[in-house]
Amino acid sequence: MVSIQTVLRWLDEVADPEIPVLSITDLGIVRDVRYVGEALEVALTPTYSGCPATSVIRADVLRALREHGVENARVAVQLAPAWTTDWLSKRGRERLREFGIAPPHAALALGPVVLAVRCPRCSSDVTHEQSRFGSTPCKALYRCDACGEPFDYMKPH
Amino acid sequence: MTTPFLDARAQYVLRLADNALVLAQRLCAWIGHAPVMEEDVALANVSLDLLGQARLWLAYAGELEGAGRDEDALAYHRDVREFRNVLLVERPNGDFAATTVRGYLYDLWAHFALSELARSKDDRIAGIAQKALKENAYHLRRSEDWLVRLGDGTQESRERTQRAVNDLWRYTGELFLGDDVDALMQSRGIGFSPEALLDPWLERVRESFSTATLEVPADAWMQRGGKQGVHTEALGYVLAEMQVLPRAMPEATW
Repeated sequence: MVSIQTVLRWLDEVADPEIPVLSITDLGIVRDVRYVGEALEVALTPTYSGCPATSVIRADVLRALREHGVENARVAVQLAPAWTTDWLSKRGRERLREFGIAPPHAALALGPVVLAVRCPRCSSDVTHEQSRFGSTPCKALYRCDACGEPFDYMKPH
Repeated sequence: MTTPFLDARAQYVLRLADNALVLAQRLCAWIGHAPVMEEDVALANVSLDLLGQARLWLAYAGELEGAGRDEDALAYHRDVREFRNVLLVERPNGDFAATTVRGYLYDLWAHFALSELARSKDDRIAGIAQKALKENAYHLRRSEDWLVRLGDGTQESRERTQRAVNDLWRYTGELFLGDDVDALMQSRGIGFSPEALLDPWLERVRESFSTATLEVPADAWMQRGGKQGVHTEALGYVLAEMQVLPRAMPEATW
């Protein structure tokens, strides 16, 4: 049987279909990898309940495992504890920024305090929210007042 | 064989599912019609969140029912009388004020309801509720913001918002009216008492309405029946549109 460590390394090469610079392990949605009898089971947690990427990710995981010769595999959905952007890896946050998406603040900051969102292009802190809802469930639309560029901000969740 | 307890729990989860499903369907009708682009995107996002929640609830309801019906069978192949959503969510979109008020009244109720369900002794219910609660926080913040902007806006926007409040108020009573299913679920630590949510809900409504310069309607007759499958005329039209394709071509796939 393949070791869990090896499987985790493979999963780290499965890209998020919406934000391909992120792997699903960067995203923090791989909650567990285990053997149930002979079968390899990967526990994934959805980001948002309605995120259309979830079913694509499930198929991509099974395909990746198959390509590495693991046929007896399945994906289990694990709802609790609910996914939070705090699970994003440090590397994932850096990749987001390079990709042009401002990484999320800590989810605990969700209260009345509004923290400045740094422009991923020019690093200015003078930006404003255009819309709290963006092109995908996980993003809000911002605009930088310094360089004038609109950009996505991954919402703390 | 299903026991009465399982039966009640399936009913209970189905109610939660149908609330989210019907409101999701209502909101997606705004896509391409919202007053500004950002709202088009926002309404689509809220609708998508609710649809995702509905799928999780429906899948569980189907498992509890144990009759082999999956989420699609439950969404597309039930008739009006089998739907268990509260009347509020099936009311027509109307203008942007009506959609906003309906959204606010529901989102606020859902905030309290999901907070209770997040502590359910049923792990699956608690898991779905904890997830939905985080999404609900964004929905509520948006609908409350708009309620204030429209209420405390122009004379026109205030009039329309107050009219929406007056029209929709009669559908809020049902949110806080328990029946034997609620009582059984509450006694098992699975569900909550709908009556107990009324005071905190009303308190927050009064605060928001006050900021929005809107008047809270006086106590009056409240409609009821959605949770038991007795709906307003509006739901039939929602389902006709939502179900037409899978009913015409039951084997259709993407």
